[in-house]
Amino acid sequence: MSILVDTNTRLVVQGITGREGAFHATRNKAYGTNVVAGVTPGKGGQDVEGIPVFNTLHQAVQETQANTAMVFVPPRFAPDALYEAIESGVEVIICITEGIPAHDMLRIYTHLKRGNQILVGPNCPGVISPGVASVGIMPTQVFQPGRVGLVSRSGTLTYQISKELALLGIGQSTVVGIGGDPIVGSSFIDILGRFDADPDTDLIVMVGEIGGNEEEKAADFISEHMSTPVVAYIAGFQAPPGKQMGHAGAIITGSSGTAQAKKEALEAKGVRVGTNPTEVAEFVKEHIG
Amino acid sequence: MLQREGRGLDLFEYQGKELFARHGIPVPSGEAAVTPAEARSAAERIGGTVVVKAQVQVGGRGKAGGIKLAATPDETEARASEILGMDIKGHTVHTVWVEAASDIAKEYYASITFDRGEKRPLVMLSAMGGVDIESVAEEHPDKLARLHVDPLSGFHPHHARRLCYEADIDVGAMKGVIDILIRLYEGFIDLDATLMEVNPLIWTTDGRVIALDAKVTIDGNALYRHPDILALQEAGTADPQERMAQEKGVTYVKLDGDVGILGNGAGLVMSTLDVVALAGGRPANFLDAGGGSKADEVVAALEVLLSDDKVKSLLINIFGGITRCDEVAKGLLTAIEQLGATLPIVVRLDGTNEEEGRAIIKEHAPANVVVEPTMLSAAQRAVELAKGM
Repeated sequence: MSILVDTNTRLVVQGITGREGAFHATRNKAYGTNVVAGVTPGKGGQDVEGIPVFNTLHQAVQETQANTAMVFVPPRFAPDALYEAIESGVEVIICITEGIPAHDMLRIYTHLKRGNQILVGPNCPGVISPGVASVGIMPTQVFQPGRVGLVSRSGTLTYQISKELALLGIGQSTVVGIGGDPIVGSSFIDILGRFDADPDTDLIVMVGEIGGNEEEKAADFISEHMSTPVVAYIAGFQAPPGKQMGHAGAIITGSSGTAQAKKEALEAKGVRVGTNPTEVAEFVKEHIG
Repeated sequence: MLQREGRGLDLFEYQGKELFARHGIPVPSGEAAVTPAEARSAAERIGGTVVVKAQVQVGGRGKAGGIKLAATPDETEARASEILGMDIKGHTVHTVWVEAASDIAKEYYASITFDRGEKRPLVMLSAMGGVDIESVAEEHPDKLARLHVDPLSGFHPHHARRLCYEADIDVGAMKGVIDILIRLYEGFIDLDATLMEVNPLIWTTDGRVIALDAKVTIDGNALYRHPDILALQEAGTADPQERMAQEKGVTYVKLDGDVGILGNGAGLVMSTLDVVALAGGRPANFLDAGGGSKADEVVAALEVLLSDDKVKSLLINIFGGITRCDEVAKGLLTAIEQLGATLPIVVRLDGTNEEEGRAIIKEHAPANVVVEPTMLSAAQRAVELAKGM
């Protein structure tokens, strides 16, 4: 029926008493997500719209059996919150925070991959299974229940494509924003694999953009390991070439990283790539009839 | 490429060398100078033959005449006055670095960077430095030793030794190279760098190993813990619109075209540029007012756009998520009125309260503002208007 967030989700929000944290925790709850707890050190015993607040994540998980954590903590405290989330044993961690230093994420990523927990983000809009549960900051009215999975590095572009799908009467099983940072907890491949195993996802839309080589890796993964069809979109064909310092980066990436290289890698493996959001929705419609 | 990781801070060679020196990495003695007279007195203090190097953040400055030898303080002053103010690939030289000339026996290459594919730091070392290292990597991949580092257990002397043997570093230079690799990695971590590159790393005729160049990029997200480095950011180097955008907190990159573009969220803005190009137009810029743009952010962004007189039409492409389109519409009207914008403006509003937003603009906006229902039709219209159609 969906991936990552569903009716079994028991959500704890780290940083729930901040302005953004309170706003979005309340919205997530109103959408039907089972928000069981919040955490802000020093504010234990209070509540946010009926959601109990604890001083530590440890205590929140112990008392509410939360299995999913959403991180809304400012960037300088977010690494600590992420380590705390990993240690608490929750199954899924969704980090909305933007601006976490890359070196912190390198260490957190390496630590995380020694266990089996899932991290989505940071710097992501969250995850929504339309009609079931929403964890994050996505505008819920853009989505409707359906059988197309969507995974994206971008927020507003995801909303745009969902809107185009909605105009053709197509809804989503789950929409996952994996985040735009160089080091994110879940890559395209991680999410594509989950969608492929989901009996209620018939097709996946993958929304990529310039930078890195995750789209190229996904192209190989799709052709070698997946049975669910994928339609892709890549943004950034006209993106300005920036100054590149030094040559070390170019040695690693070679020609990969450009929108053209990503499009070609995907098409070489039989994945259709739309030239604009409207065309992506049309391709989806053609596939699923 | 423009990527979303927040732009890192690229340091000039002289700034990088200062940080190298602080981390115990040997560099030639030198001083930065912004006038020929300063260069002269620097040469007097350094003594002997010096090298005068243009400080620009672009490759190929040597070929462009931006690096010159000078045997005396007189010559140093003359070379500095030639180089200061020089234009190297669109970058004006404001500063020169004057340093003691070195007697080079061998040139090596060393770097540490983020390999985002592997999600690990990558240390690279080659005995074929001083040249275009990208062609070495391509034509003689075995001559470029590479090693990924576990960020939790770190970089140790045995790693440095392994790299030295694999890269065929001369035995006499090995101790110095190992020491520098270890200190480079320490600096990479301490400074929150995303790149530390030394090309060339030299072995001198008197047996010392010295960093003759320094390319350092600091992670923009980590600058809050490096206030001293943040202070190095030179406000004077950016283009006027880019500087204004920086002050207003919006992400702006100037391009060559005449269709000004404003959107919210990096992905959507990139997509907008692509759609404008597909419609036969040329985007004038990349401008991201932020994924959750409020009305006043849109106003600030519009102000930046209108300050570029090459722009012939504007395309405003907003997807209202948490921010409602009617709020954005009101903000836009205020901005257009305040700034007295008279050029043609095409507005595409989608998402939350889109109908209300479009209605507000249709009713209250001046005649130069048109509303289009879709991203594609809006791009088409903006391109036509830029061409005077």
